[in-house]
Amino acid sequence: MLKNYFKIAIAVLKRRKFFTFISLFGISFTLTILMVLTAFINKVIGDNYPDKKRDRSLYITRIQESGDNNSMSSTLSYYFLSHYTGMMKTPVKVAISSMFKGTNTYVNNKKIAVNFKYTNADYWDVLDYDFTEGKPFNKQQVTNADRVAVISEDMKRDYFGDITPVVGKYIEADNLSYRVIGVVKNVPVTNYMLYSDIYLPYTVSKEDYKSKGYLGGYMGILLANSSSDVPKMQAEYENIIKRVPVERKEFKHLYSHANTFFRSYVDTGNEEHSGVFIVVTAISIFVFIFTLLPTLNLVNINITRIMERSSEIGVRKAFGASSKTLVYQFIVENLILTLLGGLIGAILSVAVLAAINNANLIANLELSINFTVLFIGLLVCLVFGLLSGVYPAWRMSKLNVVTALKA
Amino acid sequence: MIRLQNIEKVYRTDTIETLALNSVSLDIAKGEFLSIMGPSGCGKSTLLNIMGLLDAPSKGDIRIDDQKTEGMNDKQLAAFRNKKLGFIFQSYHLINDLQVLDNVELPLLYRDTTAKQRRELAAEALEKVGLANRLKHFPTQLSGGQRQRVAIARAIVGRPEIILADEPTGNLDSAMGNEIMEILLNLNRNDGTTIVMVTHDENMAHKTHRLVRLFDGAQVQ
Repeated sequence: MLKNYFKIAIAVLKRRKFFTFISLFGISFTLTILMVLTAFINKVIGDNYPDKKRDRSLYITRIQESGDNNSMSSTLSYYFLSHYTGMMKTPVKVAISSMFKGTNTYVNNKKIAVNFKYTNADYWDVLDYDFTEGKPFNKQQVTNADRVAVISEDMKRDYFGDITPVVGKYIEADNLSYRVIGVVKNVPVTNYMLYSDIYLPYTVSKEDYKSKGYLGGYMGILLANSSSDVPKMQAEYENIIKRVPVERKEFKHLYSHANTFFRSYVDTGNEEHSGVFIVVTAISIFVFIFTLLPTLNLVNINITRIMERSSEIGVRKAFGASSKTLVYQFIVENLILTLLGGLIGAILSVAVLAAINNANLIANLELSINFTVLFIGLLVCLVFGLLSGVYPAWRMSKLNVVTALKA
Repeated sequence: MIRLQNIEKVYRTDTIETLALNSVSLDIAKGEFLSIMGPSGCGKSTLLNIMGLLDAPSKGDIRIDDQKTEGMNDKQLAAFRNKKLGFIFQSYHLINDLQVLDNVELPLLYRDTTAKQRRELAAEALEKVGLANRLKHFPTQLSGGQRQRVAIARAIVGRPEIILADEPTGNLDSAMGNEIMEILLNLNRNDGTTIVMVTHDENMAHKTHRLVRLFDGAQVQ
């Protein structure tokens, strides 16, 4: 029976090539979009290089001060972070680093865009960067404001070419020369909190890191001794923040939170509009629309296709097919179509991901297809098949035999 | 074999009510070959559809092989049709996407049979109608007469006791029509299949055992 259904499904697909193309395009395109999106989210959220101790870390990325009519939100000052986290007892270490900034440098009169960030010495203990050469700067070097730099592998290749080692050589950034003391594996730019091409001691910053203002260009990562200490650490930070006075009279409230990676990653810095809510809602709406449209399209095409086959439905019923059997047949046919679309979508996804990786649209981001994503994709296809096949099949199975044969 | 008592069929729309069959009663014996004649729109096909359980009467009682069909659900009706009845239509109603052999084995798909059994029975039925050499052809590659023979093979493959034929020669020239008629007569004669045939052709009708005439939905002979 299945063989017969398969034969007829293939014959129907061949019969109306344009409809088949539209159907398959709808399914495979949707699947490709979903798979690329999933691969992207999976990479951004799931990849834990270089913050491998995420389970016992909390991230402080924003501070907000608000009054009746105005509000200010920003990353934090070095002073604020070091002063207030310095009062905490739970964290074993606190990494403090600026957000990456862009500048230009020149190699053989060729301009290269580089990103750099400032960090404290503990940054290298809290995070687990993989060093391919050399080592990070230590407390002493930070205190001395030594002009030393840790650079990424990409930076090494772009600035020095294919030579090794580069430790001890000098690199110029922001019109100053720094001695390279370490090379680390690349961090994708999507991990914007930790990404950079060049890492420098915060003490060499041209900006006044000693300024006692609350707002600045820095963020912090609190590292607890164990993951069970994280809630305690979070509560401790909240308690400290409650006692911090607002900077100016026009402000009444001050907010800053030590959050998990995902919450801080999507933090908008606005107390009233959670980043998590916005991101989850946006992704849900996107996925919903992207799956709903082809499903509706398929339902529509399926109704037209099945209508064309009313004579066949009449004959099958006359010779002993029950409505239930016919629903089953049309669902099987539709599943064959959607699985075919799924297969094309999977191949297309591999091609698109390879193209994105090759084009290097996002620095250091290597998207990859994994079996979980593929499985989810194929599952989505099956759901498509069922959703788009059940209604038309049910409708046509109820068709009166005589009417079907006359059509 | 088939007993119809006071069958009425009324078609209703919002504005009009049409009486297609008016108190038709008919007894058809096992092994009988009956033809139904009448002008267009007199209710011949409606009567055949009701006999074939493809349509339900508005009133009246149907018994086939001593079984009352009223109250059967969709599944029971489907199983009953599959086992007891075979259909031949004027316009063949073959599935053009399937090969001849696949078309013929269609009724067996809804029975507990293996693929091998289906193939064998379908090939046997096609041999009976003289199309053993056309198994892999598609319906569009056949002549009208050949298509109708495929339709007959499909009707007999499940070995039903009753065949209902709605103008089986209506789309064919007289030579082809005679060939088809010959096959039906042989089925009736050799296998004892009960056949009810709707026709416009007096010559064909006179070859059957009995002729029933309808006029304006009522039986006149």
